[in-house]
Amino acid sequence: MTIQFNKETFRDDYSFRNSDWAIKRFPFPFHEDSYMYSVNMEQHRGGPEGSVYEKRFDVDEHYLSEMQDRAMVLAEDPLRCQSLPHMTLAGWDTLELIMVSKSEDYPDLFELHRDGNRWRWVNKPMGIDHTFTFLDDTTLPCGPLEYITRQTQGDFAVLDQRDDMLWMDAGMVTTQADWSLDFDIGMNFFEWHAPVPLAHEMGIFKRALKFLLNVQQGAPARRLNWTMTVNPLLDTSPENYHKWGIQKTTLTPENIGAKQHLRVELQTFFRLPRSNALLFPIRCYLIAFQDIVTVPKWGRRLHRVIRDLPEELATYKGFIANRPMMLDYLSKYDDGLETSLGVWPDLETEPPLEK
Amino acid sequence: MSKFQFPESIASRPVYGTLEPRPGKAHLMIADAEGAEAILDLAAQNKGLMSNTHIIFIPKGTDFSDKLRALKPAQYYEGPSYPASVQRIRKVLGDAHMGLQVYLAGTEGLMGQAMNEAVSAGIPASAIQTEHRGSVARRMQCVHCKGITEDVVTDPFVCSHCGLNLFVRDHYSRRLAAFQGVCIDAEDPGNVPESVELYK
Repeated sequence: MTIQFNKETFRDDYSFRNSDWAIKRFPFPFHEDSYMYSVNMEQHRGGPEGSVYEKRFDVDEHYLSEMQDRAMVLAEDPLRCQSLPHMTLAGWDTLELIMVSKSEDYPDLFELHRDGNRWRWVNKPMGIDHTFTFLDDTTLPCGPLEYITRQTQGDFAVLDQRDDMLWMDAGMVTTQADWSLDFDIGMNFFEWHAPVPLAHEMGIFKRALKFLLNVQQGAPARRLNWTMTVNPLLDTSPENYHKWGIQKTTLTPENIGAKQHLRVELQTFFRLPRSNALLFPIRCYLIAFQDIVTVPKWGRRLHRVIRDLPEELATYKGFIANRPMMLDYLSKYDDGLETSLGVWPDLETEPPLEK
Repeated sequence: MSKFQFPESIASRPVYGTLEPRPGKAHLMIADAEGAEAILDLAAQNKGLMSNTHIIFIPKGTDFSDKLRALKPAQYYEGPSYPASVQRIRKVLGDAHMGLQVYLAGTEGLMGQAMNEAVSAGIPASAIQTEHRGSVARRMQCVHCKGITEDVVTDPFVCSHCGLNLFVRDHYSRRLAAFQGVCIDAEDPGNVPESVELYK
């Protein structure tokens, strides 16, 4: 299908909207009626047609607007994209992986023509037609990581691998769930996850690291993570928290359906061929509560998950104060019926709301 | 004794040990304030160490200078502040040969910054020891304006650059040698809890 790109904003007037298409393909993160941390990795080798899992780097209706938002964030704060000196090769690996994947997966939108190291990259939605020399930094307007991730949705952490450890040594981070690349750059896997409650004690990070150290070329992996955001604000950064934090207090029973968003990260992991670094794209999908509950199964389930979530997690995810209001709203969409297993909407088979 | 037992914390927070004499071709000891006591203890364990030791000491109002001089280190330098001493530290680390042992003692800010210099100069982590002594003050980075506030002893505190009220996190960046400070009243402007002394 041809994607109709939305003209929308993720700040100020927040004109961001999901179409019916985007709602039905939303990566709902709960496969059962409760949630606890788990490593929850699976292979990233496609998925059902039209789903966000189908392509290596999903492009959707928000593409152009997200790229505009990223450009604004970078103009205000260039430290959101950084690469330690030894990570330039991993930046080229990233550029290659994304250009090859996108041109193969979306031939109507992206083209890559390679003649030795002379490469021509065509990004039709963004109006880019650029010829450059692969592995020659001087032929790009900025570093290779910044160049390609200004044209690709989602944040990107590039992890160096040495001493049986992963190190956050480069990244493009403008749509983050409240963490700072500028502060965390150079940290190892356990250090940058240090503020996460409970998961260390559960051994989650040890197991995850073991898995990630062994991700092989051509065999990417993926998992979902989630949190909550008031207003469809992509840039929930610690840097700007003193500006956006106040928005959490603007929820009312009348506006919560439109303002409160479930924020889901599709995290993928790709081994890079030359640098042996691990590319860690973190793609953010937002959906308003009022759109989630149009899928009866998701409405029922979200209510139960949020209701039963341990307090530490609700605090860490930053919505403990708003949880009672969320539950008041969501309970209207939970009639107590059983839900089918798995994340899919199951619109054809799940009963409509009986309330 | 001015040793403080830090409570157990998260994985990014540094932990410190107790300095012990190690065999080495040369020894570089960098300390501030009560960190001098750790060097004195070290010297008491092995007097021979001092003949090829370079001490860099920042007194911060303490009076350990005479005692350190009396150890007769091969080189002794006293700096009025860390920023005033850092050029010399870089030169010494840059000139160092294989087999240098580095000893850092005193406040977290001093150890963190000097550790950074040593690591960037290529000194292996296994040749660097640390021991906390004296003030539990922290070096804090404001995540909002990026400014560093030195010697923070209360939580919350006011950023010395942008003036926001920040709470003190345990999340620590070795690259910045600083803990992270985050706005405490973002969701309720003006509602700032009373400052309390750290660890109290």
